[in-house]
Amino acid sequence: MTDVAADPLDPAGTTLGPGSAVAVTAAARATPAQWSLLVRKATFLAGAAIIVFWVVCAIFGHAIAPYNPLAQQLLDVNTGPSGAHWFGTDPLGRDVLSRIIVGAQDILIITPLATILGTIVGTALGLAMGYFGGAFDLIAGRLVESVLALPSFIIAFLFLVAVGHSTTTLIVVIGFVFTPLIARTVRAAVLAERHLDYLAAARLLGENPARIMFGEILPNVMPAILVEFTVRLGYAVFTVATLSFLGFGIQPPTPDWGADIAADYVGLTAGYWWQVLFPALAIASLVIAVNLITDAIEQVLAS
Amino acid sequence: MATFLLKRLGLMVLTLFILSLIVFLAGQVLPGDPGRAILGPFAAQSAVHALDTQLGVNKPLITRYLSWIGGAVHGNLGESYTYQSAVAPFIGAALINSVKLALLAFVVVVPLGITGGVIAALNVGRPVDRIISVTGLSLATVPEFVSGIVLIVVFGIGLKVLPVTAAAGPGASVGSQFRHLILPAIPLVFVLFGYIARMARAGTIEALNADYTRTAILKGLPRFTVIRRHVLRNSLLPTITVIATQTGYLIGGLVVVETLFNYQGVGDLIFKAAQGKDFPMLEAGILVIGVVYVLATLGADLLLIALNPRLRIGGGND
Amino acid sequence: MSSPDASLALPTSSDAELALAVQHMDVTYRVRGQDRVVLRDVSFSIGRGESYGLVGESGSGKSTVALALVRYLPRNGRVSKGTISINGLDPLSMGKGALRDLRAHTVSMVYQEPGRALNPSLRVGRQIAEVFELAGQSSGDASESAENMLRKVQISDPGRVMQRYPHELSGGMAQRVVIAMALAVSPSLLILDEPTTALDATVEAEVLDLVATLRSEFATSVLFISHNLAVIAKMCDRVGVLYAGELIEQGPAGAVFADPRHPYTVGLLRCIPRRGQRKDADRLDTIPGFLPTPGSGLTGCIFAPRCALAQDRCRTAAPPFFAVSDVRTSRCYFHEQAPDLPRATPASIPSASGADGADGVSSADGGPLVVVEGLSKTFGGNIRALSGVDLSIQRGETLGLVGESGSGKTTLARVLLGLIAPDQGSVVTLHDAPLNPDARRRPRSVLRALQIVFQNPDSALNRRHTVRALISRPLSRLAGLSGARLRDRLEQLITSVRLEDRHLSLRPSQLSGGLKQRVAIARAFAGGPEMVVCDEPTSALDVSVQAAILNLLADLQTTEQVTYLFISHDLGLVRYLSDRIVVLYLGRVMEVGPSETVFAGPHHPYTEALFSAVPSLDGERPSRIRLTGEIPSAADPPSGCVFHTRCPRRLTTGICESTEPLLLEGEPGHLIRCHIPLSELRTIQLNESVPHQGGSS
Repeated sequence: MTDVAADPLDPAGTTLGPGSAVAVTAAARATPAQWSLLVRKATFLAGAAIIVFWVVCAIFGHAIAPYNPLAQQLLDVNTGPSGAHWFGTDPLGRDVLSRIIVGAQDILIITPLATILGTIVGTALGLAMGYFGGAFDLIAGRLVESVLALPSFIIAFLFLVAVGHSTTTLIVVIGFVFTPLIARTVRAAVLAERHLDYLAAARLLGENPARIMFGEILPNVMPAILVEFTVRLGYAVFTVATLSFLGFGIQPPTPDWGADIAADYVGLTAGYWWQVLFPALAIASLVIAVNLITDAIEQVLAS
Repeated sequence: MATFLLKRLGLMVLTLFILSLIVFLAGQVLPGDPGRAILGPFAAQSAVHALDTQLGVNKPLITRYLSWIGGAVHGNLGESYTYQSAVAPFIGAALINSVKLALLAFVVVVPLGITGGVIAALNVGRPVDRIISVTGLSLATVPEFVSGIVLIVVFGIGLKVLPVTAAAGPGASVGSQFRHLILPAIPLVFVLFGYIARMARAGTIEALNADYTRTAILKGLPRFTVIRRHVLRNSLLPTITVIATQTGYLIGGLVVVETLFNYQGVGDLIFKAAQGKDFPMLEAGILVIGVVYVLATLGADLLLIALNPRLRIGGGND
Repeated sequence: MSSPDASLALPTSSDAELALAVQHMDVTYRVRGQDRVVLRDVSFSIGRGESYGLVGESGSGKSTVALALVRYLPRNGRVSKGTISINGLDPLSMGKGALRDLRAHTVSMVYQEPGRALNPSLRVGRQIAEVFELAGQSSGDASESAENMLRKVQISDPGRVMQRYPHELSGGMAQRVVIAMALAVSPSLLILDEPTTALDATVEAEVLDLVATLRSEFATSVLFISHNLAVIAKMCDRVGVLYAGELIEQGPAGAVFADPRHPYTVGLLRCIPRRGQRKDADRLDTIPGFLPTPGSGLTGCIFAPRCALAQDRCRTAAPPFFAVSDVRTSRCYFHEQAPDLPRATPASIPSASGADGADGVSSADGGPLVVVEGLSKTFGGNIRALSGVDLSIQRGETLGLVGESGSGKTTLARVLLGLIAPDQGSVVTLHDAPLNPDARRRPRSVLRALQIVFQNPDSALNRRHTVRALISRPLSRLAGLSGARLRDRLEQLITSVRLEDRHLSLRPSQLSGGLKQRVAIARAFAGGPEMVVCDEPTSALDVSVQAAILNLLADLQTTEQVTYLFISHDLGLVRYLSDRIVVLYLGRVMEVGPSETVFAGPHHPYTEALFSAVPSLDGERPSRIRLTGEIPSAADPPSGCVFHTRCPRRLTTGICESTEPLLLEGEPGHLIRCHIPLSELRTIQLNESVPHQGGSS
């Protein structure tokens, strides 16, 4: 088994997340040539295309959207897809298409920022734990392990209930929830490097710890971090959408895919399927896009 | 092995401690003034203050924590703000319901996921593998509320073959309960299938490429024996532990699914408590969930020790 | 006499049916849509009960031969031409069932890493019994047969071992288990692919002896694949030399190694230091150039680009097999001139400052550089990796450090460098000043003075840094250089290790093993060190590359006046390079003395066993001592003299079990830790000598 399995915190070496255990050790050996392979992969391009599309929607949303997503047209409620409203209208007569386009904004702000926050803090923590080892690693490790032993969604949920949910708190809470997981992955990647002689060579040059962590180790674990980042990104979209659905995410009347589904799904019994289907497809497309990219990266690294 | 067990137990205790701290912090400290939360923004400050004192909010944090945790250990999980009665019975009943649902989902998804993963691994690169992998991936990316809604529409409303509420009603037979639980279990199965299949696939591929598999094949053993006796034994070890950690995702999914299908489980309980700002109920629910989850991971570790000779018996003479 | 069958070089036995006959075999891999021919026109045969060695460096395709024979090539590989016949059967045209039968009853394989060849989740006994069950025995009978088999491979207490899991076994024992599995059903052909490469010398000797014994007992034919010519010379009747996918020479092992008739074989043999060669007197010869990339589709002789005898004829038409004798062939137009192949590297050394020449006296101008006193290192409370080591490394000398696993040689090196902190009371001094046990606390001047070249360049070089960065860093950190002065010194260093400017912008993954190791050497010398620890610097390299690196190290020592601590398990290399040698066993110094003196004898019984265990192209040593048993665990060392449990010369008085002998000077400069005085050892060891046999049997 890989060095990951030798981790006393994690004897089975499995809790890195599905498939990424394989990717971590493979990722640690990526070379520049592989990136050009990556951008040629169909899965990568497909995923990137979808994401780019939504990014454009997020940035230029109000300019692109045919209607004002907040504008209620009470004479036009619950109409199905038609020439005037491609995706139909919702119970308040708002154009579904416009809401979907603009709805990309919040989710595309929150998820990357939350993931980046978690990644930065998690990486720093993981590097330190892996490099210093000893008492620091033992204590920090126990803490990380303990926090990880709790269902992350529930913890996020709990904190959001406690502190209220605004864009900022969503970012901070989700980032905080991701930090231990990323720290553990980075720590495992660092441990896989620890026994390599180039670190001993660096010590024999009198390099200081910061230089060793960031100058020597970090470039080698970067690929693993990248994989982990994209995986977390997918989870983040999933989580934010679910939280919104439960009402603990983005607040109405701001267009939000999850919240809109929550508000409109009772309409299914009346047959108003478009109000739920399109936001659902939007969510699914984003998650699939991120997963396609992750898959492409993992495939390139494993070859 | 004994030291390993002790370490895990110690870790478990520490984890539970930290869990309780987190829950306490989030539930008691962060939300601010529970008296205000209960009485609403228009109540008089004096009334709020009186209620706060009655609730013991003004005592020092440590005291509050100790009395809370002390009570929890004895089964007293506090009093619900909403129902004005003990929390514990609610949690107890809800827990049983959730366990039924979770168990059904597990019993379906674990064999399905493992089989799918192993089949994919045995046919790496071929269409079967791509199909299974992509299916797993796609299903795992669809949030439970989306698939839940689709299922309700298609099977419950459209085709009318399965009930749309998960609760079968009091005194229902096992068979009837089972029927009601099918639809809610499916979104959970969808989400977990991808993870489990992926792990089983990765583990099996690694085992297939290992030197010992080569030895087995070159001994002249039939392919099926090689797979059954040599490959699977080693490939499934990591998968088993991952399954335990999936309980975490499962629990997250329970909140959504139970709410959607109107099922009085722990997830639904928590959700309603959150909506109603019923913090004692919320905390108790989360605490209980946390404990269940920690126990599940410990169980997985024990299973792993039982199955992995390297952990059972220590290293060799090298 | 170049008949179409000349390529087979038929075995000396006249048995009608051969155990193995390979005729004109090609193996092709499909990589990224292109076909690559990895083996070309390979033909050889193995007679009944015969042992055939396939020798080659990495990239020669020797392991591919083994895989092709049992039809276990990876999915993208296939035998594109030629025929294979094992016991008269053709594996290439068999159906799945017949192939399984072939693998179960006719052919067995033993691989390099025994620990990984065994299923970690099944008990050892079960894995062996499996083979018998396949042969039709009931599970009870199979179990008994398995136990018998373990006895046959000289595992004492087979009943207990049967119940163990693979991770509980040592490397030597695991390999015996694998051999037991392989020979269980008396196969006609046993294929061994580098079976002892991962094992210690004394353990290797035992396993090889075992294979030889079993081979005759089971009347099995053996195909022995290795890069180690000495092992092949010892174990095989006939040998085939593989280069870049082609068999370029074949014949009886003794004849081929004593009198090679292909320029490649000649060059290869010259790369290996032989008895009597010393770095002070002559440099090793090397093979210029690089291995051709597989599938590059050359016309003409595949070795021509690197051959000093090559002429136009060689480049236009690939030579056929020429019969050197009835039983030898060579694929070279100039096979008669091959022994006179001009050297690629001049034999003489570059102008030295005060080197003393061939009498073996070191150019050390005296004065200890690094002194170690009472060095002990205990891991985890009970594992004594080093115990009371006293050493003095003289300025300018090369001190060879020899020992097997558990000897503590790597720990010693790391303690010297400050990478591991020794136990309290240990003293390490440089120029008589004590060194801080932690490298992080050592001043720059000390870090400059002590450097290391690691064994594995893949691990020792940060794969994300360019060569320029890797060498510039120590130049700036240790030598304090910057700007133009740094660039100048960088150029100097590159040239001194025979690298080129174009290598500077590359990363380690784009370099070959030899080039990577040169970068590592350049890095070690960047700060102008006084002592460089060489920790198995060539173990991960091919023989031909090894010679170049050793020459480089020897040259640098002369020009830069450095001291070497040379750690190696390869006694031939140690003998060639070292002025003095230290023999370690279980963390204790067993013997210290001038290199030739220690090698010639008399010496410590362990040294004696070690030397006689290692196969040599110069033939068997006069006194053959075989050790039995495993190296004891460092956590529970034997009482008294730690070697007594395996010592064939253990005294009957019991003193060896009770008292640890002191390290005493038996003759000037030669210390030995044994209760038997050196004079007595001289009598015992030299009187037991068997008349020295040239070449192998």
